[in-house]
Amino acid sequence: MHGFANPARFLRLARWMTPLLLVTGLVLVAGSLAWGLFYAPADRLMGETVRILYIHVPSAWLGMGGWTTIAIASLVELVWRHPLATIAARAAAVPGAVFTAICLATGSIWGRPTWGTWWVWDGRLTSMLVLLFLYFAYLALANAAQKDGIGAGSRVTAIFGLVGAINVPIINRSVVWWNSLHQPASITMGKSAIDPAFLWPLLICALGFSLLFGGVVLARMRAILADFQAEARLRRRAQRELATGRAMSSVEGAAT
Amino acid sequence: MNEGLDHWPFVIAAYVIGIGGTLAMVVWSWIAMRRAEARRDAAKGRK
Repeated sequence: MHGFANPARFLRLARWMTPLLLVTGLVLVAGSLAWGLFYAPADRLMGETVRILYIHVPSAWLGMGGWTTIAIASLVELVWRHPLATIAARAAAVPGAVFTAICLATGSIWGRPTWGTWWVWDGRLTSMLVLLFLYFAYLALANAAQKDGIGAGSRVTAIFGLVGAINVPIINRSVVWWNSLHQPASITMGKSAIDPAFLWPLLICALGFSLLFGGVVLARMRAILADFQAEARLRRRAQRELATGRAMSSVEGAAT
Repeated sequence: MNEGLDHWPFVIAAYVIGIGGTLAMVVWSWIAMRRAEARRDAAKGRK
Protein backbone atom coordinates (compact mmCIF):
# COMPACT_ATOMS: atom_id res chain seq x y z
CA MET A 1 0.00 0.00 0.00
CA HIS A 2 2.90 2.35 0.76
CA GLY A 3 4.02 2.00 -2.87
CA PHE A 4 0.73 3.50 -4.11
CA ALA A 5 1.26 6.52 -1.83
CA ASN A 6 3.99 7.74 -4.20
CA PRO A 7 2.40 10.64 -6.18
CA ALA A 8 4.38 9.89 -9.38
CA ARG A 9 3.30 6.22 -9.33
CA PHE A 10 -0.28 7.27 -8.53
CA LEU A 11 -0.33 9.68 -11.50
CA ARG A 12 1.00 6.98 -13.87
CA LEU A 13 -1.89 4.69 -12.82
CA ALA A 14 -4.55 7.43 -12.64
CA ARG A 15 -3.80 8.76 -16.16
CA TRP A 16 -5.21 5.65 -17.84
CA MET A 17 -7.59 4.52 -15.09
CA THR A 18 -9.61 7.77 -14.92
CA PRO A 19 -10.99 7.70 -18.51
CA LEU A 20 -11.34 3.88 -18.38
CA LEU A 21 -13.49 3.99 -15.21
CA LEU A 22 -15.58 6.93 -16.44
CA VAL A 23 -16.28 5.51 -19.93
CA THR A 24 -17.01 1.96 -18.66
CA GLY A 25 -19.21 3.40 -15.89
CA LEU A 26 -21.17 5.58 -18.33
CA VAL A 27 -21.75 2.63 -20.71
CA LEU A 28 -22.90 0.31 -17.88
CA VAL A 29 -25.17 2.95 -16.30
CA ALA A 30 -26.73 3.89 -19.66
CA GLY A 31 -27.32 0.21 -20.57
CA SER A 32 -28.70 -0.86 -17.18
CA LEU A 33 -30.95 2.20 -16.79
CA ALA A 34 -32.38 1.59 -20.29
CA TRP A 35 -32.93 -2.06 -19.24
CA GLY A 36 -34.62 -0.97 -16.01
CA LEU A 37 -36.71 1.72 -17.68
CA PHE A 38 -37.91 -0.12 -20.82
CA TYR A 39 -37.42 -3.89 -20.40
CA ALA A 40 -37.68 -4.78 -16.68
CA PRO A 41 -41.25 -5.55 -15.55
CA ALA A 42 -43.36 -3.35 -13.25
CA ASP A 43 -43.61 -4.61 -9.66
CA ARG A 44 -46.83 -6.19 -8.34
CA LEU A 45 -47.01 -3.78 -5.36
CA MET A 46 -44.88 -0.77 -6.34
CA GLY A 47 -46.02 -0.63 -9.96
CA GLU A 48 -43.84 1.45 -12.31
CA THR A 49 -42.14 3.26 -9.39
CA VAL A 50 -39.91 0.19 -8.91
CA ARG A 51 -37.82 1.67 -11.78
CA ILE A 52 -36.76 4.54 -9.49
CA LEU A 53 -34.91 2.00 -7.33
CA TYR A 54 -32.30 1.41 -10.09
CA ILE A 55 -31.04 4.93 -9.29
CA HIS A 56 -32.05 5.24 -5.63
CA VAL A 57 -30.41 2.07 -4.28
CA PRO A 58 -26.93 2.51 -5.91
CA SER A 59 -26.98 6.19 -4.80
CA ALA A 60 -27.68 5.14 -1.21
CA TRP A 61 -24.85 2.57 -1.28
CA LEU A 62 -22.42 5.11 -2.75
CA GLY A 63 -23.49 7.84 -0.32
CA MET A 64 -22.48 5.52 2.54
CA GLY A 65 -19.50 4.19 0.54
CA GLY A 66 -18.22 7.76 0.10
CA TRP A 67 -18.06 8.34 3.84
CA THR A 68 -16.50 4.89 4.39
CA THR A 69 -13.79 5.93 1.88
CA ILE A 70 -13.28 9.21 3.80
CA ALA A 71 -13.00 7.31 7.12
CA ILE A 72 -10.46 4.77 5.78
CA ALA A 73 -8.37 7.49 4.08
CA SER A 74 -8.53 9.62 7.27
CA LEU A 75 -7.28 6.68 9.34
CA VAL A 76 -4.39 6.11 6.89
CA GLU A 77 -3.61 9.85 7.02
CA LEU A 78 -3.57 9.93 10.83
CA VAL A 79 -1.56 6.71 11.28
CA TRP A 80 0.90 6.79 8.33
CA ARG A 81 0.74 10.53 7.42
CA HIS A 82 0.34 9.77 3.70
CA PRO A 83 -0.42 13.03 1.81
CA LEU A 84 -2.25 11.01 -0.89
CA ALA A 85 -4.66 9.70 1.78
CA THR A 86 -5.53 13.32 2.64
CA ILE A 87 -6.19 14.01 -1.03
CA ALA A 88 -8.22 10.79 -1.46
CA ALA A 89 -10.48 11.69 1.50
CA ARG A 90 -11.12 15.18 0.11
CA ALA A 91 -11.73 13.80 -3.39
CA ALA A 92 -14.37 11.33 -2.14
CA ALA A 93 -16.42 14.01 -0.35
CA VAL A 94 -18.06 15.64 -3.41
CA PRO A 95 -19.21 12.43 -5.16
CA GLY A 96 -20.36 11.08 -1.78
CA ALA A 97 -22.43 14.22 -1.15
CA VAL A 98 -23.87 14.18 -4.69
CA PHE A 99 -24.96 10.53 -4.42
CA THR A 100 -26.44 11.14 -0.95
CA ALA A 101 -28.45 14.09 -2.34
CA ILE A 102 -29.61 11.97 -5.32
CA CYS A 103 -30.60 9.18 -2.90
CA LEU A 104 -32.68 11.59 -0.77
CA ALA A 105 -34.33 13.26 -3.79
CA THR A 106 -35.19 10.02 -5.64
CA GLY A 107 -36.32 8.38 -2.38
CA SER A 108 -38.67 11.27 -1.73
CA ILE A 109 -40.04 11.05 -5.30
CA TRP A 110 -40.52 7.28 -4.85
CA GLY A 111 -42.20 7.79 -1.45
CA ARG A 112 -45.00 10.07 -2.70
CA PRO A 113 -46.82 7.49 -4.89
CA THR A 114 -45.77 4.49 -2.75
CA TRP A 115 -46.17 5.71 0.86
CA GLY A 116 -48.44 8.67 0.14
CA THR A 117 -45.91 11.18 1.53
CA TRP A 118 -42.74 12.92 0.32
CA TRP A 119 -40.97 12.66 3.67
CA VAL A 120 -41.20 11.09 7.15
CA TRP A 121 -38.84 11.76 10.05
CA ASP A 122 -37.98 8.11 10.61
CA GLY A 123 -34.59 6.60 11.41
CA ARG A 124 -33.46 5.75 7.86
CA LEU A 125 -34.45 9.01 6.17
CA THR A 126 -33.26 11.22 9.03
CA SER A 127 -29.86 9.49 9.37
CA MET A 128 -29.37 9.79 5.59
CA LEU A 129 -30.15 13.54 5.82
CA VAL A 130 -27.63 13.79 8.69
CA LEU A 131 -25.07 12.15 6.36
CA LEU A 132 -25.67 14.90 3.77
CA PHE A 133 -25.11 17.59 6.43
CA LEU A 134 -21.94 15.77 7.57
CA TYR A 135 -20.66 15.92 3.96
CA PHE A 136 -21.36 19.70 3.83
CA ALA A 137 -19.50 20.21 7.14
CA TYR A 138 -16.58 18.03 5.95
CA LEU A 139 -16.29 19.99 2.67
CA ALA A 140 -16.32 23.32 4.53
CA LEU A 141 -13.69 22.07 6.98
CA ALA A 142 -11.51 20.60 4.19
CA ASN A 143 -11.66 23.88 2.21
CA ALA A 144 -10.63 25.86 5.29
CA ALA A 145 -7.80 23.40 6.03
CA GLN A 146 -6.58 23.52 2.40
CA LYS A 147 -5.81 27.23 2.82
CA ASP A 148 -3.34 26.27 5.59
CA GLY A 149 -1.76 23.51 3.45
CA ILE A 150 -1.41 19.95 4.81
CA GLY A 151 -0.94 20.56 8.52
CA ALA A 152 -2.89 20.74 11.78
CA GLY A 153 -6.11 21.75 9.95
CA SER A 154 -5.84 18.63 7.82
CA ARG A 155 -5.61 16.45 10.96
CA VAL A 156 -8.78 18.10 12.34
CA THR A 157 -10.52 17.24 9.04
CA ALA A 158 -9.28 13.64 9.28
CA ILE A 159 -10.55 13.31 12.88
CA PHE A 160 -13.94 14.67 11.74
CA GLY A 161 -13.94 12.10 8.90
CA LEU A 162 -13.34 9.30 11.41
CA VAL A 163 -15.88 10.51 13.99
CA GLY A 164 -18.55 11.05 11.29
CA ALA A 165 -18.22 7.37 10.28
CA ILE A 166 -20.36 6.47 13.32
CA ASN A 167 -23.37 7.52 11.20
CA VAL A 168 -22.75 4.79 8.56
CA PRO A 169 -23.67 1.76 10.75
CA ILE A 170 -26.55 3.84 12.20
CA ILE A 171 -27.96 4.28 8.64
CA ASN A 172 -27.43 0.59 7.92
CA ARG A 173 -29.13 -0.67 11.10
CA SER A 174 -31.80 2.09 11.37
CA VAL A 175 -34.53 -0.07 9.78
CA VAL A 176 -33.83 -2.80 12.35
CA TRP A 177 -33.47 -0.59 15.46
CA TRP A 178 -36.49 1.71 14.90
CA ASN A 179 -40.01 1.40 13.48
CA SER A 180 -39.80 2.71 9.93
CA LEU A 181 -41.85 3.08 6.77
CA HIS A 182 -38.65 2.12 4.96
CA GLN A 183 -38.42 -1.59 4.21
CA PRO A 184 -35.54 -3.67 5.69
CA ALA A 185 -32.52 -4.52 3.52
CA SER A 186 -33.52 -6.72 0.55
CA ILE A 187 -29.91 -7.54 -0.32
CA THR A 188 -27.47 -8.74 2.33
CA MET A 189 -24.10 -10.53 2.02
CA GLY A 190 -24.70 -13.43 -0.38
CA LYS A 191 -28.52 -13.26 -0.07
CA SER A 192 -31.24 -11.45 -1.98
CA ALA A 193 -35.01 -11.24 -1.57
CA ILE A 194 -35.32 -9.58 -5.00
CA ASP A 195 -36.53 -11.42 -8.11
CA PRO A 196 -33.73 -11.83 -10.73
CA ALA A 197 -35.80 -9.74 -13.22
CA PHE A 198 -35.19 -6.71 -10.95
CA LEU A 199 -31.91 -7.83 -9.37
CA TRP A 200 -29.70 -8.00 -12.50
CA PRO A 201 -30.34 -4.48 -13.84
CA LEU A 202 -29.95 -3.21 -10.25
CA LEU A 203 -26.56 -4.92 -9.76
CA ILE A 204 -25.23 -3.79 -13.16
CA CYS A 205 -26.44 -0.25 -12.43
CA ALA A 206 -24.71 -0.35 -9.02
CA LEU A 207 -21.48 -1.52 -10.70
CA GLY A 208 -21.73 1.27 -13.31
CA PHE A 209 -22.36 3.99 -10.70
CA SER A 210 -19.48 2.58 -8.58
CA LEU A 211 -17.09 2.85 -11.55
CA LEU A 212 -18.26 6.45 -12.11
CA PHE A 213 -17.68 7.14 -8.42
CA GLY A 214 -14.14 5.72 -8.71
CA GLY A 215 -13.44 7.72 -11.88
CA VAL A 216 -14.65 10.97 -10.29
CA VAL A 217 -12.55 10.34 -7.16
CA LEU A 218 -9.44 9.79 -9.34
CA ALA A 219 -10.20 12.93 -11.42
CA ARG A 220 -10.63 15.04 -8.27
CA MET A 221 -7.44 13.57 -6.74
CA ARG A 222 -5.52 14.53 -9.91
CA ALA A 223 -7.00 18.05 -9.75
CA ILE A 224 -6.08 18.55 -6.06
CA LEU A 225 -2.57 17.12 -6.64
CA ALA A 226 -2.03 19.37 -9.70
CA ASP A 227 -3.15 22.42 -7.68
CA PHE A 228 -0.64 21.55 -4.90
CA GLN A 229 2.16 21.05 -7.46
CA ALA A 230 1.39 24.31 -9.32
CA GLU A 231 1.28 26.22 -6.03
CA ALA A 232 4.58 24.69 -4.86
CA ARG A 233 6.29 25.59 -8.18
CA LEU A 234 5.01 29.17 -8.10
CA ARG A 235 6.12 29.52 -4.47
CA ARG A 236 9.64 28.22 -5.30
CA ARG A 237 9.82 30.60 -8.27
CA ALA A 238 8.74 33.58 -6.13
CA GLN A 239 11.37 32.67 -3.49
CA ARG A 240 14.07 32.39 -6.21
CA GLU A 241 13.11 35.78 -7.66
CA LEU A 242 13.09 37.32 -4.19
CA ALA A 243 16.54 35.90 -3.44
CA THR A 244 17.89 37.13 -6.84
CA GLY A 245 16.39 40.60 -6.23
CA ARG A 246 18.05 40.79 -2.79
CA ALA A 247 21.41 39.70 -4.21
CA MET A 248 21.14 42.31 -7.02
CA SER A 249 20.29 45.13 -4.62
CA SER A 250 23.16 44.18 -2.28
CA VAL A 251 25.59 44.16 -5.28
CA GLU A 252 24.25 47.57 -6.38
CA GLY A 253 24.56 48.85 -2.79
CA ALA A 254 28.18 47.68 -2.58
CA ALA A 255 28.99 49.31 -5.98
CA THR A 256 27.63 52.70 -4.87
CA MET B 1 -49.29 2.13 -3.30
CA ASN B 2 -51.48 5.09 -4.33
CA GLU B 3 -53.56 3.71 -7.21
CA GLY B 4 -54.89 7.12 -8.28
CA LEU B 5 -51.49 8.53 -9.26
CA ASP B 6 -49.83 8.14 -12.63
CA HIS B 7 -46.39 6.73 -11.77
CA TRP B 8 -44.51 7.78 -14.91
CA PRO B 9 -44.04 11.49 -14.04
CA PHE B 10 -42.41 10.36 -10.75
CA VAL B 11 -40.18 7.87 -12.58
CA ILE B 12 -39.13 10.49 -15.17
CA ALA B 13 -38.43 13.12 -12.47
CA ALA B 14 -36.24 10.65 -10.54
CA TYR B 15 -34.30 9.69 -13.70
CA VAL B 16 -33.77 13.36 -14.67
CA ILE B 17 -32.40 14.16 -11.18
CA GLY B 18 -30.28 10.99 -10.98
CA ILE B 19 -28.81 11.11 -14.50
CA GLY B 20 -28.52 14.91 -14.56
CA GLY B 21 -26.79 15.09 -11.17
CA THR B 22 -24.36 12.28 -12.02
CA LEU B 23 -23.48 13.68 -15.47
CA ALA B 24 -23.00 17.21 -14.09
CA MET B 25 -20.63 15.83 -11.42
CA VAL B 26 -18.62 13.77 -13.97
CA VAL B 27 -18.28 16.69 -16.44
CA TRP B 28 -17.43 19.22 -13.68
CA SER B 29 -14.77 16.91 -12.16
CA TRP B 30 -13.22 16.19 -15.60
CA ILE B 31 -13.06 19.90 -16.55
CA ALA B 32 -11.66 20.85 -13.11
CA MET B 33 -8.97 18.16 -13.49
CA ARG B 34 -7.96 19.30 -17.00
CA ARG B 35 -7.80 22.96 -15.88
CA ALA B 36 -5.73 22.14 -12.77
CA GLU B 37 -3.28 20.04 -14.82
CA ALA B 38 -3.01 22.83 -17.43
CA ARG B 39 -2.22 25.34 -14.61
CA ARG B 40 0.45 22.97 -13.26
CA ASP B 41 2.02 22.54 -16.71
CA ALA B 42 1.97 26.32 -17.23
CA ALA B 43 3.72 26.81 -13.87
CA LYS B 44 6.27 24.16 -14.91
CA GLY B 45 6.91 26.05 -18.19
CA ARG B 46 7.64 29.36 -16.40
CA LYS B 47 11.20 28.80 -15.13
